[in-house]
Amino acid sequence: MAQSSALPVEQYNYDIVRKFTIVAMVFAVLGMSVGVFIASELAWPFLNFDIPALTFGRLRPVHTTLVIFGFGGSALFATSYYVVQRTSQARLAFPWLAEFTFWGWTGGVALGALTYMMGFTQGREYAEFEWPLDIAITLVWVSYFAIYVETLRRRSQPHIYVANWFYLAFILAVALLHIFNNLAVPVSLTKSYSLFSGVQDAMTQWWYGHNAVGFFLTAAFLGMMYYFVPKQAGRPVYSYRLSIIHFWALIFLYMWAGGHHLHWTSLPDWVSTLSATFSILLLMPSWGGMINGIMTLSGAWDKLRSDPIMLFLITSLSFYGMSTFEGPLMSLKSVNALSHYTDWTIGHVHSGALGWVALVSFGAFYHLIPRLWGAKLFSQTLVYVHFWLATIGIVLYITSMWVAGIGQGLMLRSFDDYGNLAYTFIETVEFMHTPYIWRALGGAFFVAGVLVMVYNMVMTLRAARREQAAIEAKLAAKMAKA
Amino acid sequence: MRHEHIETNSGLMIVLILLVISIGGLVEIVPLFYINETVEKVDGVRPYTPLEMRGRDIYVREGCYLCHSQQIRPFRDEWLRYGHYSLAAESQYDHPFQWGSKRTGPDLARVGGKYSNQWHVQHLKAPRSVVPQSIMPNYPWLLETELDYSDLASRMGALRATGVPYSLTQQEYDANVSRFGKVVADQLDISQAQDSLMKQAHEKDFDGIPGQITEMEALVAYLQVLGTMVDFTKYDEGYFTTFR
Repeated sequence: MAQSSALPVEQYNYDIVRKFTIVAMVFAVLGMSVGVFIASELAWPFLNFDIPALTFGRLRPVHTTLVIFGFGGSALFATSYYVVQRTSQARLAFPWLAEFTFWGWTGGVALGALTYMMGFTQGREYAEFEWPLDIAITLVWVSYFAIYVETLRRRSQPHIYVANWFYLAFILAVALLHIFNNLAVPVSLTKSYSLFSGVQDAMTQWWYGHNAVGFFLTAAFLGMMYYFVPKQAGRPVYSYRLSIIHFWALIFLYMWAGGHHLHWTSLPDWVSTLSATFSILLLMPSWGGMINGIMTLSGAWDKLRSDPIMLFLITSLSFYGMSTFEGPLMSLKSVNALSHYTDWTIGHVHSGALGWVALVSFGAFYHLIPRLWGAKLFSQTLVYVHFWLATIGIVLYITSMWVAGIGQGLMLRSFDDYGNLAYTFIETVEFMHTPYIWRALGGAFFVAGVLVMVYNMVMTLRAARREQAAIEAKLAAKMAKA
Repeated sequence: MRHEHIETNSGLMIVLILLVISIGGLVEIVPLFYINETVEKVDGVRPYTPLEMRGRDIYVREGCYLCHSQQIRPFRDEWLRYGHYSLAAESQYDHPFQWGSKRTGPDLARVGGKYSNQWHVQHLKAPRSVVPQSIMPNYPWLLETELDYSDLASRMGALRATGVPYSLTQQEYDANVSRFGKVVADQLDISQAQDSLMKQAHEKDFDGIPGQITEMEALVAYLQVLGTMVDFTKYDEGYFTTFR
């Protein structure tokens, strides 16, 4: 980076944080654009263009991978590397290894997306990477763990700050899930067969799948929340005691909940019932986290009027509260009988992914950018513009998916007076056409917001570079005089 | 123990986190491998023939599972629409399982035999030519691409390593004969795989192009066997509930 020549060596390793921040933005634009494209394919199927790599079936994993692992993962790497240094008051351990996590992670995700388009996939949702990439990711993850723990060990504070508990649990749980869910027997470099089959395979996959949500998209982002919300609000976390209780309860309960993805299937009823029970219990620690976050603002509510970053953070917590209420509701067997296999699930995922994960990350980025590049944010107004584009996008997205999902669920189970099915399947597909258009539009709003953020960031960086050049010129002039 | 001990000691915290996150999976997943009632005892379920297996590979490659489930639930509307609810036994040779999580299209667990081969070929090539409101992509390349069956042995060998009873030795072959009968046992024999693939393709001609084995051939062969292995007339309604 240019500024390192003029400034003394930074106290913390911000270089790696800057890199992951930029790449997170790139993945956000790519992954969410692919999302809008495949959403449009469902509304207008000619968009598949008879090109294998562009069909919905091959692009859908590209979308989920680029967004969850590309955008979400990079945002977590960026913020966790920042938070662990700041809260431990220690420089990041093993800088060369951190460099490896950057190239390994970014390269792995990009290569994964390309191979899906070529048709190389394990056929497991959110774990489509074929085995060589799985191994590469494992290496990256072990390095991540080593860096994180060693930095914690070098802390100059006796206490490990609460954000780090969540990041640590996320790193450990993802390692466990990734390894067991990807056990497979390879045929060639590009093909393998899962070690498990049928019902055991299904349960392993959804134990993974649900905890990818629980740890990757929840626990880790709570870690992010626990640093950036108090920091941006300028107030301490609302309740220390609540953070202890909800941390341990959350990580314990989440691991039991995966079976609710398999209600009414060939999975034995005892697992399904147990999973539903724990899913309902999960409401408590989830809301514990939401309350702890939102109440951190108590006494400083006026910030919601004056600080758009706070608006992002608090809205994200509200969406977190909403989707963690909706989740337990959908895990009830009677509700699930209607909601499962429909777009209600898709809407639920996006109220979490867009409303919670993406908004809290955007808030964190807006907090980080001026600090990382040492420049004032280019435009405060554009942050507001982004916020409203994102919020309108999310609302359009989830309401259209409620209509599509609940509508299809009700149509599929209705009978006429003679006890025959009232609708054929294809009639439900026809019905979903209009909500699918609204959903694509909602997604487009959200992407537009991201583009506004990218523009804002690019302008901030350019200003930072200009300022840097001016300082250097002044310095050079002084040197010449001397 | 005060929480202060944990939050000032990273090693202790790591150990406790690992302990806490391991319990759920241990209690819910491990017993599924050991409780006998998990998979129903039922006749007729056999591993896929080489042609069907290649068809299944194509099904996975194209990401069909992202829009089609293969898991019928025990509800009246699903019974009327798709047939008997799915048994765990019916996916016992599925590596990985293809139950799916979303029905953008209908469930396929019992699609086998419901439509003719010609219908499937036409529908896969151009879905809207048979179902005008369909939103499925066209898959014209399946009919234009020759099926690669040069590596059947390594594919079946890998599946054998996971526990699918494809036979490599005489002993395994004999066991398959007594379990599935000679006709099926021949199809599950790795050394005869190429022959049995070509034989099945030529006899049934799933893709409607005689003398040619396309990817369409394999995929339709796979679709046509889905859900057809168990003869439900042989079992009382109450029988399967004893396993739930």
